[in-house]
Amino acid sequence: MRLNGVFIEDTFAEAFAMSGARAVITGRTQAWAREAATRMTGFATSVIGCKCEAGIEGDLPADATPDGRPGTSVLLFAFNPEGVQTRIVERIGQCVLTCPTTACYDGLAEEPVRISVGGQLRYFGDKFQLSKVIDGRRYWRVPVMEGEFLVEETFGARPAVGGGNFLILGESADAALAAAEAAVAAMGRVRGVILPFPGGIVRSGSKVGSRHYSLKATTNDAYCPTLRGMVESALPDGVNSVLEIVIDGLTVEAVEEAMRVGIPAACRPGVHSISAGNYGGKLGQYALHLRKLLEGVPA
Amino acid sequence: MTATVLTPLDLPRVPLEAEAIAPERLAGRSEREVALLPVQIGNATAQLGEFFRVRGAGSDEIRIDGDVSRVKGIGAGMTRGRLVVEGGVGMHAGARMRGGELVVMGDAGAWAGAEMVGGVLRIGGSAGDHAGAAYPGSRRGMTGGALLVGGNAGRELGGVMRRGLIAVRGSAGDYSGFNMIAGSIVLCGGAGRRTAAGMKRGSLVAFRSLELLPTFRYACTYRPEFLALLLRTLRDLFGFAIDARYVSGLYRRYSGDFAELGRGEILIWTSD
Repeated sequence: MRLNGVFIEDTFAEAFAMSGARAVITGRTQAWAREAATRMTGFATSVIGCKCEAGIEGDLPADATPDGRPGTSVLLFAFNPEGVQTRIVERIGQCVLTCPTTACYDGLAEEPVRISVGGQLRYFGDKFQLSKVIDGRRYWRVPVMEGEFLVEETFGARPAVGGGNFLILGESADAALAAAEAAVAAMGRVRGVILPFPGGIVRSGSKVGSRHYSLKATTNDAYCPTLRGMVESALPDGVNSVLEIVIDGLTVEAVEEAMRVGIPAACRPGVHSISAGNYGGKLGQYALHLRKLLEGVPA
Repeated sequence: MTATVLTPLDLPRVPLEAEAIAPERLAGRSEREVALLPVQIGNATAQLGEFFRVRGAGSDEIRIDGDVSRVKGIGAGMTRGRLVVEGGVGMHAGARMRGGELVVMGDAGAWAGAEMVGGVLRIGGSAGDHAGAAYPGSRRGMTGGALLVGGNAGRELGGVMRRGLIAVRGSAGDYSGFNMIAGSIVLCGGAGRRTAAGMKRGSLVAFRSLELLPTFRYACTYRPEFLALLLRTLRDLFGFAIDARYVSGLYRRYSGDFAELGRGEILIWTSD
């Protein structure tokens, strides 16, 4: 299978079951909402090293937020709802509560599994906090030096998918980067997903375990171009750089849609082929076959 | 769903007590059975059909196509459905209601929505005294739901309110929010004397200046984010028109009542 002349390998991305939440941050301006969201999603690339994966889902116009102010939607993923609660409370507490003008709301109100967020952060108010029930949802008003921080008491947590991915095998580093940037730009329009790595792109894909050290993950030597000739390389001739795009989503359908949008955008001149990372289907619950996903996409 | 239509006939000068008129008490009954439902007049029990012409079998949707200002307890305790009165209602309309929607196109007598637990009570005209309030001897007034008044409200609006939302388009009488425990009252017009006297917690919001008790203290002038949320809910969910300048405006916050717990607040919109 080829898209725009780029070979699509007959392989699959192996994705994992996770738990996810959506936080809607609003601010006096879009810039302040974005600022809080950016801080909140820092150091959240991999659940292995960062305890969670988080990213900005997108900006929201004022008429799409609960309080009528511009907002930014953040998705956060961990292995289970308890992990989501711990991490989202830490991050909202340190990065949103502290940020001028912001408020924070649950973006998954229909989910039956609830995690306590404002219910934890309210204690910062030292018994001066006030609650307000509006349309059946409880909010906490925490007094702060600026005025008040408003945060919803509980957030929804739902089963989610982490680790959707594809690899861009480029003839040069510049070509691989340009293709990855194009893919990220296209995938930014898909809702329900985030790309948790810097700029949405990973240059250091990993394999499970280590040859010499007691590490859970080490460099994916089979895809490192500098190791060609030293290891059993997975790289075809002519490939000199590989970049990966990792996708987490609230549903497997959203992850699939992101891949369906992103891969064709990455199929540009200078790209040799598109592949995906997997563990032979032994570890993840979801196998996202590239060619099946791309059926119907014009070649 | 076809509505059950009740047309008032010659109503007596002595108020009729007709708590039978509620969706769940009419639903499932035939037209004849609805007409046989008991009502109270003075110390005598009568039948609904003596005072109302009944059209249609009982259903979750009821329409009273006339003024029933001398009928008490319409929709009291209702839990579901929709009851529309194309005129005024007497005392205790929607009192202790738990769900559904009661729409009164005219005025409502005293104790409208008293001790409401849930649902929506819309009064197109004015509400009498004690709307949404606690009955004497009760520890709590309204504990949920929404009471929306298109005209003015009488005295002791939302007295001992514990939770829920009250909004009044016009002005409210004396002692609005009297002994409030929690919940929210929004007054688009002014209010009488001793507003929120004895308030423990809760929010009383006014778009016009109020005469405040000395036991309330000025805190600051700010934009309460929760209020934008509350007013947008009032506007978007309940269709209660709120001018945009109030939704995103500045408010003067007064804490009180320090004669009591002092955890409540009065928020007064300011154009400054």
